[in-house]
Amino acid sequence: MAAFVSLEGVSHTYGAVGSSSGGTLAVDGLSIAIESGAFAAVVGPSGCGKSTLMKLATGLQFPFKGEVKIAGERVERPVKIAGMAFQAPTLLPWRTTLENLLLPLEIVEPHRRLIRRNKAAYVERAEKLLASVGLDGVGPKYPWELSGGMQQRASLCRALIHEPQLLMLDEPFAALDAFTREELWCVIRDLHARTGITVILVTHDLREAVFLADRVFVMSSRPGRVINERPIDLPRPRDLDITFTREFQDIVHELREHIVRARQ
Amino acid sequence: MSSNVLARLSPWAFTIGLFALWEAAVHVFQIPEFFLPPPTAIARAFVDYWGPIYRNSMFTLATTMTGFGLAVVFGLALGLLVGWSRAIYAGLYPLMIGFNAIPKVAVVPILVLWFGIGFTPAVLTAFLISFFPIVVNVATGLATIEPETEDVLKALGASKLDIMRKVGIPRSLPYFFGSLKVAITLAFVGSVISESIASNYGIGNLMLQAQAQFQVPLIFAGLIALAIEGIVMYAAMAVLETRMTGWAQRSGFTQA
Repeated sequence: MAAFVSLEGVSHTYGAVGSSSGGTLAVDGLSIAIESGAFAAVVGPSGCGKSTLMKLATGLQFPFKGEVKIAGERVERPVKIAGMAFQAPTLLPWRTTLENLLLPLEIVEPHRRLIRRNKAAYVERAEKLLASVGLDGVGPKYPWELSGGMQQRASLCRALIHEPQLLMLDEPFAALDAFTREELWCVIRDLHARTGITVILVTHDLREAVFLADRVFVMSSRPGRVINERPIDLPRPRDLDITFTREFQDIVHELREHIVRARQ
Repeated sequence: MSSNVLARLSPWAFTIGLFALWEAAVHVFQIPEFFLPPPTAIARAFVDYWGPIYRNSMFTLATTMTGFGLAVVFGLALGLLVGWSRAIYAGLYPLMIGFNAIPKVAVVPILVLWFGIGFTPAVLTAFLISFFPIVVNVATGLATIEPETEDVLKALGASKLDIMRKVGIPRSLPYFFGSLKVAITLAFVGSVISESIASNYGIGNLMLQAQAQFQVPLIFAGLIALAIEGIVMYAAMAVLETRMTGWAQRSGFTQA
């Protein structure tokens, strides 16, 4: 089966190649293939180019060497079929939660043309999505009236509102407390199970990666490339209790070893 | 008395206190009226010369607000332009700083040369002195968009204009309205400077004439009239700011 997201021998540097400032490579010879509907996690020491990977896969940056393909097509502009969420919820403070959710629809075609006429239908869609992550009725509230965990849920909804085929998550739970984080793991797990969306999760948290992903990619320190690819065969649906099993802990330890080595 | 009531009364208390202290100091130290007139003498000047003070105040208010209006339009436009492109920003910034460093009082003779004396140079001086903070603030608002927000929108295929409309402009509004409070007071400075050098009208001119006739209480009455206009317009801008950008004013420190 052809990969939905594929990076082949990709090298990328910020600034001009060979110039004095742009000498350092962010990623070098990076190859990753992710099947449609898969949940991939990318882990690695800090500064390993994980965020660069996100930008390359969404067409915000372009590699000077190698090829990035999404759904079989070479990425030459922002891909539009991706939704993104970051560590910071980045909700706009002057918009209500509902209005924040509608923002992508005001930009992406064909919704952009339709949103004025079909406002009610879109609002209903947004409210349904909010309800599906446990945010019933918070639409009219402003982001600052929500807790950190609620804001992050809303941010996830914003990433999903235009029904993207690819969900990119850049350490989305890093700023949350442990209990809220685990709650949101389950929200993501259920979203993935329900929609079959392809997810790429960049994270520092190995337990998070193992709990959620079908496949974990371990990256080396800068310049980043994949040094280990670990399929996670734990049966789905996974319950939080699985994180306390021997099997789970062994995988986490194994990944940890790789990272420790990568840091040296 | 609750602290809320105290906070409401304290501006009046402090103002009255200042005038009372002033009055007392003039009497205790026997300061002559032509050196520092007491508030009562200034009040008398207000009553005696109410007609000219009112007319000239309105004239100054008109020139100031016209210049300020121009500053808002051009400041906003230039701020958006500067915030739009890094190249324009880099190109215009040194020019603007250099221009802002020029004392506007030195520009007035040139304006008189071009436009004659009176209304026009006063309006232009008010404009020139007050538009800089507006430009800088609007540009700052645009320059501080979170890169993540930009990425979210760009990944959806948003154009630069989209990002500007959906994020940039709403985001820079609190900066813009904040800058209006600075700009309006500067605009008064500009118009009065021009009036005192090159005009037959306005509070600046009134004060100059009062000085020539040694009517010191009238000079001070002019100053007080300016202060009152300044406070009223500043308050108007502050109200406008809270009205327009309530979402950005949640901190306890922002209570005007």
